[in-house]
Amino acid sequence: MAEQPAGAPAAPTDATEGDFTFTLNGRPARGRKGEMLIAAAERAGVFIPRFCYHPRMKSVGVCRMCLVEVTGPRGAALQPSCYLEVTEGMEVVTDSPKVKKAQDGVLEFLLVNHPLDCPVCDKGGECPLQDQTLAYGPGESRFVEEKRHFEKPIPISDLVLLDRERCIQCSRCTRFAAEVAGEAQIDFSGRGEMIEVSTFPDEPFSSYFSGNTVQICPVGALTAVPYRFTARPWDLDQVESTCTTCAMGCRVAVQSSANRLTRILGIDSEPVNHGWLCDKGRFAFESVNAEDRITQPMVRRDGELVPTTWSEALDQAAAGLRRAMTDGGPEAIGVLGGARLTNEGAYLWARLAKGVIGTDSVDAQLGDGLPAETVLGLPRATIAEAASAATVVLLCGDLREELPVAFLRLRAAAVDGTTALVELAPQRSALTPLTTSFLQYRPGDVVELARALTGTGGPPQGVDAGALESARQHLGSGDVVVVLGRPSLAEDGAMVAEAAEVLAGLPGVRFLSALRRGNIHGALDMGLAPGVLPGRVGLEEGGAWFERAWGSVPARRGRDCTGILSSAAGAGDDESRVTALVLLGSEPSVDVPDRDLARRGLGGASFVVAVTSSPGEAVDRADVVLPAAEAHERPGTTTNIEGRVSRVAQKLVPPGQAWPDWMIASELARYMGSDMGIDSMAAVWAEIERLAPAYAGITADVLDAPWARDGVVAPFAGAPVSQAAVPLDPIAVPGVESVERQGAPPRAGSAVTPTAGPDGQVTVEQGTGGQGEGRPPVLAGPAGINAPHVAPTDSYSFRLVVGRTLYDGGTAVAMSEALTPLVTSAPLRVNPHDLDDLGITTGDLVRVRTARDSVVVPVAADPGLARKVVATELNVPFGDVTAGDLIDATSPVVELRLETP
Amino acid sequence: MAVTDAPRIVTARIDHPDSYTLERALATGAYEGLRKALTMTPEAVAAEVDAASLLGRGGAGFPAGRKWAMLRQSPVTYLVVNGDESEPATFKDHLLVERDPHQLIEGVVIAAYALQVTRAFIFLRGEFALGLERVQAALNEAYAHGAVGADIFGSGFSVDIVVHPGAGAYICGEETSLLESLEGKRGFPRIKPPFFPAAIGLYGEPTVVNNVETMSNLPWIVTNGGAAFAALGEGRSTGTRLFALAGHVRNPGVYELEMAKTTFADLINAPVLGGGVRHGRELKAFIPGGVSAPWFGPDQIDLPLGQDEVGAAGSMLGSGSVVVMDDHTCAVRASWRITKFFSRESCGQCTPCREGSGWLERIMERIETGRGRPDDLDLLLDACDNIAPGLTWPPQQTTICVLGPSIPSSIHSAITMFRDEFLTHIKEGGCPHG
Ligand SMILES: Cc1cc2nc3c(=O)[nH]c(=O)nc-3n(C[C@H](O)[C@H](O)[C@H](O)COP(=O)(O)O)c2cc1C
Ligand code: SF4
Ligand code: SF4
Ligand code: SF4
Ligand code: FES
Repeated sequence: MAEQPAGAPAAPTDATEGDFTFTLNGRPARGRKGEMLIAAAERAGVFIPRFCYHPRMKSVGVCRMCLVEVTGPRGAALQPSCYLEVTEGMEVVTDSPKVKKAQDGVLEFLLVNHPLDCPVCDKGGECPLQDQTLAYGPGESRFVEEKRHFEKPIPISDLVLLDRERCIQCSRCTRFAAEVAGEAQIDFSGRGEMIEVSTFPDEPFSSYFSGNTVQICPVGALTAVPYRFTARPWDLDQVESTCTTCAMGCRVAVQSSANRLTRILGIDSEPVNHGWLCDKGRFAFESVNAEDRITQPMVRRDGELVPTTWSEALDQAAAGLRRAMTDGGPEAIGVLGGARLTNEGAYLWARLAKGVIGTDSVDAQLGDGLPAETVLGLPRATIAEAASAATVVLLCGDLREELPVAFLRLRAAAVDGTTALVELAPQRSALTPLTTSFLQYRPGDVVELARALTGTGGPPQGVDAGALESARQHLGSGDVVVVLGRPSLAEDGAMVAEAAEVLAGLPGVRFLSALRRGNIHGALDMGLAPGVLPGRVGLEEGGAWFERAWGSVPARRGRDCTGILSSAAGAGDDESRVTALVLLGSEPSVDVPDRDLARRGLGGASFVVAVTSSPGEAVDRADVVLPAAEAHERPGTTTNIEGRVSRVAQKLVPPGQAWPDWMIASELARYMGSDMGIDSMAAVWAEIERLAPAYAGITADVLDAPWARDGVVAPFAGAPVSQAAVPLDPIAVPGVESVERQGAPPRAGSAVTPTAGPDGQVTVEQGTGGQGEGRPPVLAGPAGINAPHVAPTDSYSFRLVVGRTLYDGGTAVAMSEALTPLVTSAPLRVNPHDLDDLGITTGDLVRVRTARDSVVVPVAADPGLARKVVATELNVPFGDVTAGDLIDATSPVVELRLETP
Repeated sequence: MAVTDAPRIVTARIDHPDSYTLERALATGAYEGLRKALTMTPEAVAAEVDAASLLGRGGAGFPAGRKWAMLRQSPVTYLVVNGDESEPATFKDHLLVERDPHQLIEGVVIAAYALQVTRAFIFLRGEFALGLERVQAALNEAYAHGAVGADIFGSGFSVDIVVHPGAGAYICGEETSLLESLEGKRGFPRIKPPFFPAAIGLYGEPTVVNNVETMSNLPWIVTNGGAAFAALGEGRSTGTRLFALAGHVRNPGVYELEMAKTTFADLINAPVLGGGVRHGRELKAFIPGGVSAPWFGPDQIDLPLGQDEVGAAGSMLGSGSVVVMDDHTCAVRASWRITKFFSRESCGQCTPCREGSGWLERIMERIETGRGRPDDLDLLLDACDNIAPGLTWPPQQTTICVLGPSIPSSIHSAITMFRDEFLTHIKEGGCPHG
């Protein structure tokens, strides 16, 4: 039995817990130091009505709805309970006639100017103002005058509309923007009853987090374009799930009406998202509803894709793959993608590829990731550990663009002043202004910089010596977490991995992955990468174990994405050439940074199977198309950046004949002559738990336990990580507390439930931590990466940095009506002095020459870049091309020449 | 001018047409108090102010010495002078900033010395164009004269003073709102507790906020001693005070009177002062301390101009504005007018004040314009009660700052004193005063 962790399973109202006693309505209650009275009362089971109070933001005490009577030195007085810290011996009354009258009064005042719009208001039916008026308000209106009038709704951004007549001036939205997102783009203007939420002239509310304001607005003043008027709350059906738009794994409530998704709301998960979502995660559900989904199996006949039956499609797929194997052995088959799958789907596809077909040339990362052994083997930190570390080293892309809610968590840590940020990057990010040291390096110099940081080498040229010194001091004091991703897609991931392994030499350092794609961590954990097998084990160490279970495993290490595509394109040794590709929800020409390689690889393969839900180049090239169910259309589990395994829920019936991903793998195996013995998703999970070492102990019962609502981190330490099951902001997650959970209902007696020992200590059945029972060990320690050496350049060359932007040309955005207009074009950003040297300025065109190509694109000055470094973003319009056309995956850095066209 | 033989303390210089210049100020004893203060220890200066029992002149009447004492425990960082004076019929600070800016500056430097503050701000109402010009000019002169800035008069003590114009909001006279405004933010009052300026003030540091008139008394107090000041007046109301007399009197204006020794009757009727209700009319009512204060009737005219005396009678001396209403005044319209002011000036932050003020104003307008209803009076009082529970004096509040509970004062007074007038409006469908 391990020590009982602090986050022990909490009863919904843990009223007995606290540092001292105070009196609440004549009865003793427990308060915590620094706790607001409103929260202490809520824990004690007394709900005080509120509008402006939000437990994740600083109190402002403006709506005055939460007034209660508090006895002070001068007798009882009305005090805002959201603004008053509970103290020992405090005497509080929340239900006296005086309190009741004050609360009635505030509600009546709020209704003075509030239009009685309820029948046409999106909030009607789930409105805290409506609800609290019914519960606490006066019976009838004494207000007979003319109400305040404003033009009805005005757009304050592309996604959010504001109805000023409905606003009750609670400042939740303005505080969210300033305090949580750090983008004070909305604020009040005017005064008295004409006070209104405003944007600044000509500056829309362009935050990636704007949808949160809609969710936390206690009335229908803020509405979101994709949801407006689509449904009435009482027609909505909802389940709790996890967002897989990126790898953060935010908890969500997924709502639908008539088998269409209508809305996604954030659920407050203490370890992960604190209730917030990014707008992409919130609104990209439109892509699931999209009209042009792939919903039918198809096969190519006489050059044309034609709809067919599942059995014919599977038969053709199996035949094509078998043919490739007969000609070139199992390694003739390459499998690309998998980050859009559930863990169950990823596992079965890994088993199909590695155990049935026998190829290790499988990669869920599409040239934009890091070697799997590095990601899986380095010591791990949770998000919460990163957000409370003394120092966080950012060795990743711009988190606001790639893992938006992770950005919010780290921003909060930096703003609170508890965490020092040290950033290693070739260009500035949204967190750069909050860093204590920003170490800007030239693409190619990252390993050298890591050595300098750990004191094992001299600093690379151009790195600020003061910043380096200060960073080294921070690394020497307190715990360090490295957030590890890809600072630039035009720089070889192996170099970043090697840099990470250098940093792994720091004492006590831990790593939090910043790989961004959906369920990429689940896919890697399930073995969808060369050299690894399910459960974070190496091919070598785990080979025997999985051979026993599966019958066989690949004979040798396979190729990664770049290797697979290069081989398919015809490069390299002929004898084991990749001739058949299986695309698992991947779209190489969009997902793989090196676009040219993607096209050549796809074009060079003689047989392509696309398992997908959306049209694109992969489908256009495919010989067999197998329609897959999308997120929200199948249940399962997903694993986020910290290795947290949580349930994703099915809310919709998949369209047409689309199947869940695990079922496609299982059936295809059968058509290939191998019965994997799987007949349900639950059976897949049971097999994962049994075979995948890092997932040992995470049984379905564990995932369904009430304390595991936020999921559990793999490897399972046997400790519940969940917080009390009270919704933190009950007025912004209407009805979510009653959300139905997916999966088997916990069976009496069989679930892992906490039991109270004789000493009253709550203990939980212990997990195995992934070890024992003959399971192979999980990967631990650096993989020993040796990145290619970068040759020095001549003084005319520029080096390219390619970052990401949240609204890119990826599938989720491209297929979401509300988000597509937000995709902007990306100029080539150049240091202004370099522009001067070229004699051009922002808006002009420049000719870019790479070793491969020459393109003409517009430029913009960026004083944040070093000299001789240029930058742009992947997958957004970039002149007539995309940045991917400049990237060469086979070269460690991308060098360019700039010329006036 | 005076009805008692008390000296003029803050208006001694203003009869000179060039009273605002350094030359005139020096010729009439300016900066002598400061020179004397600099020879004393800061503690001794503060002790004199404490002995003077100088009550704050901005409205709340808190003793300046006690406010400073709370501060001297902690290393004070800022001194802020409140010159936002924006209440209707309040215009006494206006006189001081325009006519005697050097006295103000001298007072600020004395206070800064006593508090050992090195940076002080004078926040002046933005509409005081001439006042701003004169205070800034005087400040430049004072710097040149060595009375402000580094090493004042060779004493080794230094303080910088910054003049900051307000942006046209009454609420920025409320001290915490003023601090927000000074920090460049919206003028939203802060919640007390915890944001008492003395604890968490400007930029989060302990801060003393005092009124212009409070500051202007300091040179005299230091020169003549706290005891001399305390010898004037009665009880806690020591020294003299400026009263801005407005409304239906023959001679409206600012009068400096010995506190508590003079009565409202003296102020309103003495020939050298108000000269009585104009046009030979009768007194209907008067507001003793600005539009936030409950009204008094003719029967209370003999009350002395003392803080505790007026407080005990259910109102306050407040901002030092006395408004006289003659018997032709419509009580409904007068209180409607005041309510309208508060409704326009509510910062809009908290619900009862923002929404309540607008609603009350609309009801008052309805009654005045002949659309009143029989139960409107109960409705008015009940809505008032939801802003200031119990309608007591001093008020309780459901709001963040005291602007909110100031709104009911005039409505409650008018209904209590002139209920019949309201009923007539409602019954006759209009204003009997035309
Ligand atoms: C709505 C409101 C407006 C105020 N306006 C002023 C003002 O214009 N000038 C002023 O000195 N005090 C004003 N005050 C009082 C100040 O908050 C504060 O009490 C005063 O400046 C303290 O100075 P004193 O102690 O010297 O009086 C106002 C208070 C409120 C609630
Ligand atoms: S728009 Fe909504 S969240 Fe924002 S202040 Fe108004 S009521 Fe509050
Ligand atoms: S941060 Fe990622 S997981 Fe969270 S809402 Fe956005 S896309 Fe979804
Ligand atoms: S009482 Fe009125 S002026 Fe004061 S904070 Fe509240 S809304 Fe603003
Ligand atoms: S004042 Fe406490 S909830 Fe608004």
